Amino acid sequence: MVSAPPSAATPATLPWSEREWPLDRHGFPVMTGAQIVTSSLEAEGVDTIFGYPGGAVIPLYDALPAANLHHVLVRFEQWAALAADGYARATGRVGVCMATSGPGATNLVTGLANAQLDSVPVVAITGQVNQSLIGKDGFQEVDIQGITLPVTKHNYLVNRVEDIAPTIKEAFWLARSGRPGPVLVDIPKNVFTTKGSFHYPETVSRRGYQPTITPNIRQIRAAAELIGQAERPLIMAGHGIMLANGTEEFAAFVRKSGIPIAFTLLGLGCFPEDDPLALGMMGMHGHREVNAALNACDLLINIGARFDDRATGRLDDFARNAKIIHVDIDPAEIGKNVHCDVPVVGDAREALELLLPLIQETDRSEWTSWIASQRNTVLQDALETTPAGPEPYTIIRGIAEATNGEAIVCTDVGQHQMWTAQYFGFNYPDRWLSSGGLGTMGYGLPAAIGAKMGRPELEVWTVVGDGGFQMSLNELATCMQEKLDLNIAVINNGYLGMVRQWQDLFHAKNYSEVDILAPDFVKLAEAYGATGIRVTTHEEIAPAIERARSIPGTVVIDFVIEPEMNVWPMVPPGGSNNEMMFSGPAGELD
Amino acid sequence: MATPNPRQQQSTLVVLVEDQPGVLTRVVSMMRRRSFNIDSITVGHSEQPGVSRITMVVSAPEDQVEQIAKQLYKVIEVLKVTDVTHVPTVSRELALIKVAAKPQYRSEIMQIAEIYEARIVDATPTSLLVEATGAESKIDALIAMLRGYGIREMVRSGQLAMARGSAVASVPETAGSNGRSRDQRILAAAANGASN
Repeated sequence: MVSAPPSAATPATLPWSEREWPLDRHGFPVMTGAQIVTSSLEAEGVDTIFGYPGGAVIPLYDALPAANLHHVLVRFEQWAALAADGYARATGRVGVCMATSGPGATNLVTGLANAQLDSVPVVAITGQVNQSLIGKDGFQEVDIQGITLPVTKHNYLVNRVEDIAPTIKEAFWLARSGRPGPVLVDIPKNVFTTKGSFHYPETVSRRGYQPTITPNIRQIRAAAELIGQAERPLIMAGHGIMLANGTEEFAAFVRKSGIPIAFTLLGLGCFPEDDPLALGMMGMHGHREVNAALNACDLLINIGARFDDRATGRLDDFARNAKIIHVDIDPAEIGKNVHCDVPVVGDAREALELLLPLIQETDRSEWTSWIASQRNTVLQDALETTPAGPEPYTIIRGIAEATNGEAIVCTDVGQHQMWTAQYFGFNYPDRWLSSGGLGTMGYGLPAAIGAKMGRPELEVWTVVGDGGFQMSLNELATCMQEKLDLNIAVINNGYLGMVRQWQDLFHAKNYSEVDILAPDFVKLAEAYGATGIRVTTHEEIAPAIERARSIPGTVVIDFVIEPEMNVWPMVPPGGSNNEMMFSGPAGELD
Repeated sequence: MATPNPRQQQSTLVVLVEDQPGVLTRVVSMMRRRSFNIDSITVGHSEQPGVSRITMVVSAPEDQVEQIAKQLYKVIEVLKVTDVTHVPTVSRELALIKVAAKPQYRSEIMQIAEIYEARIVDATPTSLLVEATGAESKIDALIAMLRGYGIREMVRSGQLAMARGSAVASVPETAGSNGRSRDQRILAAAANGASN
């Protein structure tokens, strides 16, 4: 193994409050704007920042070594934003990323959009050109506030040194409160070097921002009444349950009510999937019995999900026999996509706490056994037949069994993502990190870096495709520099698999630009100083997983699978969840 | 500005916002990104320092207006959104219309202006500048009458609106001080709609 580049011995750093500062006449420490940024981050409890230096943030980076913060140097700013996203999902805390002005800032945009669509709390700090150059097309000037307007919850341009601390305070508060999301703070270079007094505000408030946390009790009662009347109720469980830190309250609600659960992609993990009431994922690549239950239910209780089109399928045929209760902290989600009979605006945890005493224990065995009867046994039998080569099902199950389902699992976007969502069996919250709303290829590796930095005590796997991995594999260098113990499973079919699947099924096998050449991933891993393992047979899967787990460093396993394997079942694009396909035109059942 | 779609009805929203740089961009950007049609928008000071008042006329199906209001509330600077479409309202628009006025038509144009309570605020040997204030439909009618003489230049302010009576669209100094947050007010509205 090649060791990380030798770094100058880092002097022990002290928190800002234990360092010596000149004081102003009120006794507040006098700092540069850059020091105010780092001290504000410390005051916010930040320990890790993902970033990349550049011209406009040189003064900020000048203040970093003395600050009590760990900076992870990424290889591309987009992965800094997504590592911050992964850190936030894995820890439940706000992820922080940093970039310079111009190209550094624009490279963050995809990561911010990813956090926006999945409601992940992230704060991005960008440098801006000197104030005298703003609007003059200065070198590396870009209007990042304007550019990120639609992909952030809020953003700021800080014009005065005295505004830095209050703005950072407000940015973190906005990012984590209500419906979480990304917030960007843009600071001109000369503001970093201007001196000012540091006073981190203890409280913050905005007249126009007062999210409803506690739901209206009348709505809770109305919801409880519908639940009491329902014969075939179904829960649609979303990411909001975990964002509200409400998994215990959710479990209590499910166990008391006996209502089965359909999970959205990001809802996986909010309740143990090994429980019989956990049906699995719904929607485009959901299980057949889950979509059948959606069609048959007479009450759908959506908790913390936003009726995304990949989950609902064609809306006019979605849960068409059901009344709908929608619990969401964002009132704009109520009625946005799906008509709702009882809206409950508020925090999912509080809503569940209030609902629990109002519902009855009910025997629902007739309903749950009907759902079980809808299971696709043909597909399951086919999956469990010992295959000739490595197959996604056996790889994903292999990782799940080896890690006892306790690992954090990140994915990229595409076929491997759906296979992982279908087969891993998530039993723990905040250990399934996947790009849901935006569908960002390349997410897997940076998210895993963020997750490992935030939860070093947990085993971290990232399952990626050979396409997405080629977008972000430059972050292998970051893994090596940080000496991260990560396992990367490449599901390598030589294609951009999901696009190929659509071209196969809906475009008469017109394979257009999906045949993607990849480097030798084993040699590539070795070039970075990581370990590379290639798996080409079924028998090699389990030993490779065990070997990767035993190596305390970054390991890349190249699982070479059959090139034209499809994800089943599938709701055709624009189709109803009742129109699932279980095989392709040729009738093959992969 | 999108052309009003006849199948969609017009609604008038009064939006009170914090008077901060970029707030209009945030409001308009949200409307554009979510494909909501703005027919007219005006912005100016309100009676409260630091609070600007936007009057926005939108073309949207009735059920979309509530969604527009909710999305507006998500803009951090937005303090209050009031739909004044279905309440008695005084709504006014200002128009400045420069009409080609050959000597033989000059008095006709002045008579037309008088019918619509418009004023002639400037005159040259070849043109008259007409200033008109009133409901949008009145301005439309005036313009239709003047079009035949040749409109050389025109500007319309977009609609301003204020509810009649003593009720106000203003925000209390601390929003939510009436014991209900704005989300709860929206929720109540949504619940009323749902229970019908």
